[in-house]
Amino acid sequence: MVTFYRRLPKFDYLAPQSIEEALALLSRYQGSAKVIAGGSDVVPKLKRRAMKGIDYIVDLKGISGLDYISYDGAGLKLGPLATVRAVERSDVVLETFPMLAQAAESMASPQVRNRGTVVGNICNAVPSADMAPSLLTLDAKVSVVSEKGSRTVAIQDFFTGPTKTVLSADEIVTGIEIPNPPANSRGKYIKLTPRRAMDLAVVGVAVMVTPENGICKDLRIALGAVSPTPIRVAQAESILKGNKFSDELIDQVAEAAAEGCRPISDHRASAEYRRDMVRVLTRRAIRELLSDEAASAQGFGKGA
Amino acid sequence: MKSIKLEINGVQHEVEVAPWRTLLEVIREELQMTGTKEGCGLGECGACSVLMDGKTVNSCLVLAAEANGKRITTIEGLAQAERLHPIQQSFIDNGGFQCGFCTPGMIMSTKVMLDDNPNPTDDEIKKGISGNLCRCTGYAKIFDSIRAAKVAMAASSDGRGGA
Ligand SMILES: Cc1cc2nc3c(=O)[nH]c(=O)nc-3n(C[C@H](O)[C@H](O)[C@H](O)COP(=O)(O)OP(=O)(O)OC[C@H]3O[C@@H](n4cnc5c(N)ncnc54)[C@H](O)[C@@H]3O)c2cc1C
Ligand code: FES
Ligand code: FES
Repeated sequence: MVTFYRRLPKFDYLAPQSIEEALALLSRYQGSAKVIAGGSDVVPKLKRRAMKGIDYIVDLKGISGLDYISYDGAGLKLGPLATVRAVERSDVVLETFPMLAQAAESMASPQVRNRGTVVGNICNAVPSADMAPSLLTLDAKVSVVSEKGSRTVAIQDFFTGPTKTVLSADEIVTGIEIPNPPANSRGKYIKLTPRRAMDLAVVGVAVMVTPENGICKDLRIALGAVSPTPIRVAQAESILKGNKFSDELIDQVAEAAAEGCRPISDHRASAEYRRDMVRVLTRRAIRELLSDEAASAQGFGKGA
Repeated sequence: MKSIKLEINGVQHEVEVAPWRTLLEVIREELQMTGTKEGCGLGECGACSVLMDGKTVNSCLVLAAEANGKRITTIEGLAQAERLHPIQQSFIDNGGFQCGFCTPGMIMSTKVMLDDNPNPTDDEIKKGISGNLCRCTGYAKIFDSIRAAKVAMAASSDGRGGA
């Protein structure tokens, strides 16, 4: 029998006013404290009793100045409280990193995007996390602090398993840095869902390609919802890099991307279907990115 | 218990709440404003939508403590005295609901959408209410209501329709 819980379990709510204070709380309460940004993953999990043993909620929203979305010419910086909605609507994101805005818009509902953060999305680390594939193709870097010190983790090394990351319970992400995409690159995120809104990706494919005189100067492909974590498929990327674009090579890339993932069967789709859709959507994304010369109108990365 | 301050529909409230209580529970149970509905309780259906500092949120996912010091608007805050908000009137005139359970949330999402973009396309309307589920209407009458509301609001100088 399924039990529906309408109420939250009991916990204490703490709203530190600085990162230092938040870190002190996390180290004092060890695993029984949970950080929240927007709470759109944590609150439903607590209600469903899918997250247990949490005695303290540590809300980062009491700390001012963490919701920045800033651009300094070399790259984009997202603060831990930058909401998905703010990223989707940010002029600089739309201008320079349109794929990120496109991925943000594909998520959930306006209500959830008003609360949910990009950092929360990757920290929650479900295989289908919609912000992950684009951040992977953009080679984002995640800044992490704890009382013991700080470190920077490449997004490729950030995810370690379903809902698992390199973060330990006493660490906080203080931001994401996203370097400029290569000049003349274009990117696209394709999210396959049965419903047109308010649905999780059955397969997510992000592709960023840099064409130059018919040659593929650079190609980056990241996949969501088809492996224990969101992944880059380097083997597939290498097939086209440095070569002239051809239908045959694009098919080979798509095939290699499908071989490079490890999908599971669940109530959303079978593993076979997911793998086949990786092939179809990878091919589609590359073709669309190449064929559409009016790139910016389609929300492709223009590069810087 | 925590003491929190909420400005709801222009009125200041100070309430004592347990840290695990949601904004929705405070609105409905402590303050007895039952216009805002609880459907799924998990962020999926939008029946609990309210405006917090001008943005739609699922009040079932917001801790009351997180809303401390915020400005909240619920469905009860839209009418001016006896005069309904043009979106409310439009839902009545166009049969935009059957059981009515989704309606308060649907109207809050519509309000934000039209304040932001007074002339949305049908596609923009779909996106604007993508976080609100309706089990009854099949959405056709909801679309009619929203299209009519946008015309009514555009026709009035104060953006509220009517006189
Ligand atoms: C109805 C609904 C629909 C959804 N649809 C989608 C969807 O389509 N696609 C999708 O990808 N997701 C979806 N989500 C999931 C969720 O909204 C997103 O993952 C969101 O971006 C999470 O951000 P948050 O700030 O709310 O996270 P929170 O719930 O606050 O946190 C999530 C996790 O990250 C950790 N965390 C947050 N910030 C930090 C930090 N700075 N440092 C360390 N750890 C941190 C928390 O401890 C927690 O483990 C949906 C959720 C709901 C309720
Ligand atoms: S009750 Fe809040 S979204 Fe369903
Ligand atoms: S009118 Fe019944 S749920 Fe919409």
